[in-house]
Amino acid sequence: MIIQPNTDKLALAKKLLECVRQKARRVSGRLGRPIRFMEVCGTHTAAISRLGLRDALQEVMILASGPGCPVCVTDYQDIDTAVAVCRTVDNVVVATFGDMIKVPGSYSSLEKEKAGRGNVKIFYAPYLAVEYARNNPDKEVVFLAVGFETTMPTVALALDMAERDKVNNFSILPLGKLVPPAIKALLQDPELNVDGLILPGHVSAVIGRKSQDFIASYFHMPAVVTGFEAADILIGINSLLKQLETGAARVENRYRRVVAEEGNPEARQITDKYFAPVSAKWRGLGSIPDSGLVLRERYGYFDAGTRFSLEGQEPIIPRGCLCGDLLKGKALPADCRLFGKTCTPLNPVGPCMVSSEGACAAWFNYGMTS
Amino acid sequence: MTDVVLLAHGDGGALSHKLIKEIFVAQLGNPMLNELSDAALFSVRQGKLAVSTDSFVVDPIFFPGGDIGKLAVCGTVNDLAVSGAVPRYLTASFIIEEGLPLKDLKMITASMAETARAAGVQVVAGDTKVVERGHGDKVFINTAGIGFLSDAGSSLSYSRIKPGDKVIINGSIGDHGMTILSQREGFSVSSGLKSDCAPLNGIIEELLEGVDGIKFMRDPTRGGVATTLNEIASSSGWDVMLFEEKIPLRKEVTGASAMLGLDPLYLANEGKFLAIVDKIHAEPAVDILRRHPLGREAAIIGEISEGKSNVYLKTPIGGTKRLNTLAGAPLPRIC
Repeated sequence: MIIQPNTDKLALAKKLLECVRQKARRVSGRLGRPIRFMEVCGTHTAAISRLGLRDALQEVMILASGPGCPVCVTDYQDIDTAVAVCRTVDNVVVATFGDMIKVPGSYSSLEKEKAGRGNVKIFYAPYLAVEYARNNPDKEVVFLAVGFETTMPTVALALDMAERDKVNNFSILPLGKLVPPAIKALLQDPELNVDGLILPGHVSAVIGRKSQDFIASYFHMPAVVTGFEAADILIGINSLLKQLETGAARVENRYRRVVAEEGNPEARQITDKYFAPVSAKWRGLGSIPDSGLVLRERYGYFDAGTRFSLEGQEPIIPRGCLCGDLLKGKALPADCRLFGKTCTPLNPVGPCMVSSEGACAAWFNYGMTS
Repeated sequence: MTDVVLLAHGDGGALSHKLIKEIFVAQLGNPMLNELSDAALFSVRQGKLAVSTDSFVVDPIFFPGGDIGKLAVCGTVNDLAVSGAVPRYLTASFIIEEGLPLKDLKMITASMAETARAAGVQVVAGDTKVVERGHGDKVFINTAGIGFLSDAGSSLSYSRIKPGDKVIINGSIGDHGMTILSQREGFSVSSGLKSDCAPLNGIIEELLEGVDGIKFMRDPTRGGVATTLNEIASSSGWDVMLFEEKIPLRKEVTGASAMLGLDPLYLANEGKFLAIVDKIHAEPAVDILRRHPLGREAAIIGEISEGKSNVYLKTPIGGTKRLNTLAGAPLPRIC
């Protein structure tokens, strides 16, 4: 069957778009400057781009991409560790989500290791890597556990499965990250140039709306939790405009069909059983307190780092990446001396170039230089 | 006969001959091939010849809607057909990994024979090599093809593309790419989905004979529609504007793409072609395509416009976004 566009939904989205445009013109006129909202998560970035909303709204507002996805913000050193696993552990299979393999470390990437002698295998869900380990007892399967609050429960469930079925040749590199600490770190910068935040829909489904109240109560920043269809995103933006117009700051929930006040306690519980917060490095943003997840001591044997006593090596990081400033609206890609030279879509340095939807990748692909 | 391919099947000795006779000649046989000489000889009429070659390494070798044998015939036949040629002769080279079940090889060859018959081409020369286990992946096939340029086909050139021309496709996009991906990974999300793998020379001949104004054609295989249109944009120097609402898409492909974070515009097709057609002939061209079984869902999906060799997509809500050439293989996003 060929899909017919849902005409009711489309008509609604078009109406909303007009409504948002008018309101944005008014608010921006009153403020005397362009409006700048940030979508925090990569799925919104991708949806906004796919739907053509960035373009449809560009006359009236800037939609800036935030820290992005857990893959884009995986640090050099973490990729270096994964590469080290690939090179040094006997009979190893490095199990990973597909989009991780392109992310460069300081001297290689999993894509390059795979092309060489490295055994890198792509999985779509962590439990599939456990099943693979069970069916291949002669292999050491090391899963790269990247993810935000949404993905980490699935990693925890995979660990549960490995624990229960005594799959002893399965371990992980714990690279999970937490979104609220990163939002906090962004908001703490006094020079941050953003008028409102579109909060991640999937992450919010796990952590709930309420846990993000600090964005409004402490930082007085308008924010909205919303979904990924055109109407969802436009309704979210409309809510931010309303807040901006009245000088209010709330964390609104426009994704009630998925996101509850308290989120999903079960998902948090299983993550919490295996993982504890720890300070973590984000590519382009640096070290953020309590923003990473490490295995709890009693499950330490699942940590590939300790299991194979991997030696930490100082990463060689190209200096001068401005992704952090770019995300905060303090710089443009062209201000970065790496842009288009050391840093290109095929050899990205910061998350804004790693993600094909990132600001730098978009600038590069459009041939923009200033 | 053993039931798997052995290294000895490729050494040119008795087993090789047996394999050639009992599988290849038995299924693909025709007077030219049956000679089993070092080269096939045939007469040439006046005019231009078209030559194309392609290698096939698809994994899995059997998939819903086809197999590596069917693909190997369609791939080369389609490359000739979109160039305006009438495909006539193919060569087929097999690189087989030791241990391939002979019944698999038989099925693949039977499928090649059936597809060749449907496309009206003959396999006139071939070769078989067997590599040690682990030095190949079941079977790789190379085909080369020769075709005669038809009168209507000889005028095809990207230099004839002009702003205002329409972009036509003969049906839904991404079916092959998503089928292979879901088979490879054992997804259960896309039941009912099958590859669009098919020889396009029949429908293309009908199009070229039925209507004027066909300026250029390409088959959007690897890299999908977006990548092929980028190549057309960069060769012609014009922009291409696609209309998302007009692009035929199966709900299975849409659903699986959304789940995996893939874009159907970048997924491979094996039974689709893009035609750039003069504005006034675009509607009649679509009517002709729709009368053919491989063109029931044909549609005008875009147009050529003034610009700088870029490809844009107009989204249903009215936004425009640029479609770039794919940098590397399409990888599923986790978030």
